[in-house]
Amino acid sequence: MYQPLWLTLKLALVTTLCLLLVGIPVAAGLARSRSKLKPFLEAIISLPLVLPPSVLGFYLLLAFSPQNGLGKMLDSVFNIRLVFSFAGLVISSVIYSLPFMVHPVQGGLEALPVSLREASQTLGKSNWQTFIKILLPNIKPALLTGIILTFAHTLGEFGLVLMIGGNIPGVTKVASIAIYDEVESLNFSTAHIYAAILLVVSFGILLTVYLINKRLNKSRITT
Amino acid sequence: MIRISIQKKLHMAGGNGVLNVDTELADHSFTALYGPSGAGKTTLLRIIAGLLQPEQGIIEVNGQTWLNTAKKINLPPQKRNIGFVFQDYALFPNMTVEENLLYALPKGGDKNKVQLLLEMIGLQNLAHQKPALLSGGQKQRVALVRALVRNPEILLLDEPLSALDNDARNSLQNELQTIHQQLKLTTLLVSHHIPEIYKLANKVIKIDQGEIKQKGTPTNVFGLHQQANGLTLIGEVLYADSNRIEILTEGNIIQIPASPQTRSLSVGDKVSIHAADLSLQKLS
Repeated sequence: MYQPLWLTLKLALVTTLCLLLVGIPVAAGLARSRSKLKPFLEAIISLPLVLPPSVLGFYLLLAFSPQNGLGKMLDSVFNIRLVFSFAGLVISSVIYSLPFMVHPVQGGLEALPVSLREASQTLGKSNWQTFIKILLPNIKPALLTGIILTFAHTLGEFGLVLMIGGNIPGVTKVASIAIYDEVESLNFSTAHIYAAILLVVSFGILLTVYLINKRLNKSRITT
Repeated sequence: MIRISIQKKLHMAGGNGVLNVDTELADHSFTALYGPSGAGKTTLLRIIAGLLQPEQGIIEVNGQTWLNTAKKINLPPQKRNIGFVFQDYALFPNMTVEENLLYALPKGGDKNKVQLLLEMIGLQNLAHQKPALLSGGQKQRVALVRALVRNPEILLLDEPLSALDNDARNSLQNELQTIHQQLKLTTLLVSHHIPEIYKLANKVIKIDQGEIKQKGTPTNVFGLHQQANGLTLIGEVLYADSNRIEILTEGNIIQIPASPQTRSLSVGDKVSIHAADLSLQKLS
């Protein structure tokens, strides 16, 4: 009964953690970039916002499939199979939620006065020290928004999970899939429980973001 | 001795131009860069700091080459031992006053120095405050001493006092003066404010349209000659009609009867007032 909920939570946590590692460098690169390719990169990263999850899921399914290039290589060289596995779910969730991490963090970095970075450089600090000690601590609201939105968005995934993971109990059957499953079997009461829990948790998460951001913004940063 | 010879394309209000500067700054000198907005003063400061790169040029500081485009040498800002004070202070909002200063301290540096600097500007009691809670003058004091933590070879001040009210401005000027007398740092100040330049600088470089138009002492550059038993004031016209002229000078407004000489004056003009020809009425 609780297995799909636990799996959902695990997927959301792992995805958020991976996206912190992937999303922050991408956001930092975009915020500083003046390349002509920047709009193309931004468009690619934003695609999951507008594409039906089934489209992304379809292409990822093709890519991960052991019959095709990438999936074949992973299968034969590393013995890794991404379709219908938890690892596959994580990778597709990372791609699917990328804009939810990158956009707030990039926006936060771009809104910081350039003089903060320059002041740190003129004080002899490396770009890395500047990033870790000055830039990141001053975009806490943006980081928090990125983390929470990624987490909440992954909780609510359905189409993509269904395409990549299917419906394997304990492996890929997350709460949103379980609801669909229960409704199809006319188990409305179990579906009710899953649905209500997802609703309450999602609302709670969003409410927390807005409350914390309100507090952080109050005590914020006039240089 | 600091030698600067640089050329950089400028995007100015009146179209594109070139910043073309070739000058030297003597050790321990206090030089003001004066000129209209968009003349290239801040650009020059940023080039010296390594925050901007010129198309061509050489910068040598006490025998060390910071920039030589012909030899493809261009030290990043981190490798140039400078103190830079920004117009918007650029204090780190996530750190307290003391942490801002400690951050500037090189590895293994003496932490007592931070305390001494805080005492020097009288802000020991605010050491644990975040910058957001300080007044403009206090923020600029912190920014100033933060720039001094590394014992810079040159202190670069980008209109540091322009956002302050008159009182704060005056007391900061006094502090800059004291700091310069004590530490004898070679200092380059961007300023629009002639009284400030008179008070602080022993040399002025006047820049317009990217070119150095004049260099010399403030008195020479602003074309004034102190009269033997008189007084010369520098001010700005606040009001002018056919009867009277009102001038802001040193924080005071003075009123002078109009004369044929003053007919061409309009609001915003910079003027010098010689004691011999004027009758003054002090309004505040």
